Amino acid sequence: MNNPLTAWKDFFSETGDITRFAGRFFREGFLPPYEFNELLRQSFEIGYRSLPLCGVTGFIMGLVITIQSHPSMETFGTESWLPSVVSVSLVREIVPVITALICAGKIGSGIGAELGSMNVTEQIDAMEVSGTNPFKYLIVTRILSATLMVPLLVILSDTISLYGAFIGVNMKQVVSFHLYTNQIFEKLSFSDVLPSITKSFFFGFAISIIGCYKGYNTKNGTEGVGRSANMAVVISTFAVFIIDLIAAQIADILHFT
Amino acid sequence: MNQPTLYNKEEIVVIRNLKKSFGTNHVLDDFNLTVHKGENVVVLGRSGSGKSVLIKCLVRLLEADDGEMKVFGMSIPDLSHKALDDIRARIGFLFQSSALYDSMTVLENLEFPLRRHKLRITRQEVDKLVKLALENVGLSGTESMMPSELSGGMKKRIGIARMLILNPEVMLYDEPTTGLDPITGREINHLMLEVQEKYNTSSIIISHDMNCVRRTANRVVVLLNGKCYAEGTYEDLKTSNDKNIKQFFD
Repeated sequence: MNNPLTAWKDFFSETGDITRFAGRFFREGFLPPYEFNELLRQSFEIGYRSLPLCGVTGFIMGLVITIQSHPSMETFGTESWLPSVVSVSLVREIVPVITALICAGKIGSGIGAELGSMNVTEQIDAMEVSGTNPFKYLIVTRILSATLMVPLLVILSDTISLYGAFIGVNMKQVVSFHLYTNQIFEKLSFSDVLPSITKSFFFGFAISIIGCYKGYNTKNGTEGVGRSANMAVVISTFAVFIIDLIAAQIADILHFT
Repeated sequence: MNQPTLYNKEEIVVIRNLKKSFGTNHVLDDFNLTVHKGENVVVLGRSGSGKSVLIKCLVRLLEADDGEMKVFGMSIPDLSHKALDDIRARIGFLFQSSALYDSMTVLENLEFPLRRHKLRITRQEVDKLVKLALENVGLSGTESMMPSELSGGMKKRIGIARMLILNPEVMLYDEPTTGLDPITGREINHLMLEVQEKYNTSSIIISHDMNCVRRTANRVVVLLNGKCYAEGTYEDLKTSNDKNIKQFFD
């Protein structure tokens, strides 16, 4: 087993390396030449290809949360508040975090494994000798795509989850769609949506930067590729919770509660 | 030992006192090499002796610790990124694993360096150059195939086609026949000679495959303990009584 002191030293060392990697992204990412075609391709891969998974999960979340909340609210005679209570929980917390966790698994591991494999098979070196800056072509495009696509996925999942919640509500009582949406938007305000969307940008950034860092620095052949993909998921999952905690504190300080 | 036939020609690659270490492991230690125009130089050495490090330093995939490296008379360590890219366009690099981009078709793999180095090239010109490059390596009609659908030998050929597409003047081959059966290995050796003849390229070939050395080398350099231990023609080295050289031929 590792010495705890060494483990902490490794943790801080790796955190420092990821921060430097992020610094390089900000230094190089906004200078020409820009890789627009690759950015679009990555946005398609990251955004469009994750949409079914995020959509289905959002729908199930909306449905399940509603079904499970119903008995408790019925006990207190507040089942008429069900749509508004569920929608606030879904939009503020559940959907952004669940979508980010799905993206950490799907996008984080995908980026870690793809870049790791490219690294150990010298494809990144080949790109460099072909007159391409691999950091711009591979890293900047993936980070930008994920940072832009995760909030979009969250917005779409929010919408789908609210539809799931509508079906959940109608399993126990009959509520028209018009009344349901009125009840939702009566309680759901800008201050619920803004922190949720804002933190999604940070989720996307963290997931992609960790995936890219692990993949780009893969060593030890195919074994290293597996380890990179695995660590990308583990670290980015942890990062999602840390960001969520910080976002909750900031929202509280700024009275977005 | 006889001195190799010196090409009374332009010096294309000049390496003097090159040093490269990884921690305490001194991989290259005052290594010297000169490659003349049209010459095939094979760098022979055991696994882990620093052969691949040498050619990676030459295109600055790795930064050398010290020493002089000149290609076409230009000092590689001192080049700006733009100048380095221009030089890299004149140098072809065949990686040991071929390094074809997995997510791209053969056509896209070949297009990639073209699009990067020749920004104003038209679709018709690209198609023409890709077709020619594939014809040169005997793999016409594979444009739509993915790298995963190709055999090891085909990947090497596509790798060579990707090098050729920019008409490089210097070719760097990193163990071109490793992992191939003897017949395919012979075909790759033949292809390298054909490329040299057709395009009058100068090559540095990294290998420990003696068939490859025998067939392709105009001159052989033995890399041992980070230094140029011996140099000569294949026949010179084969008849050497030095035990460090003999071990490659036994």
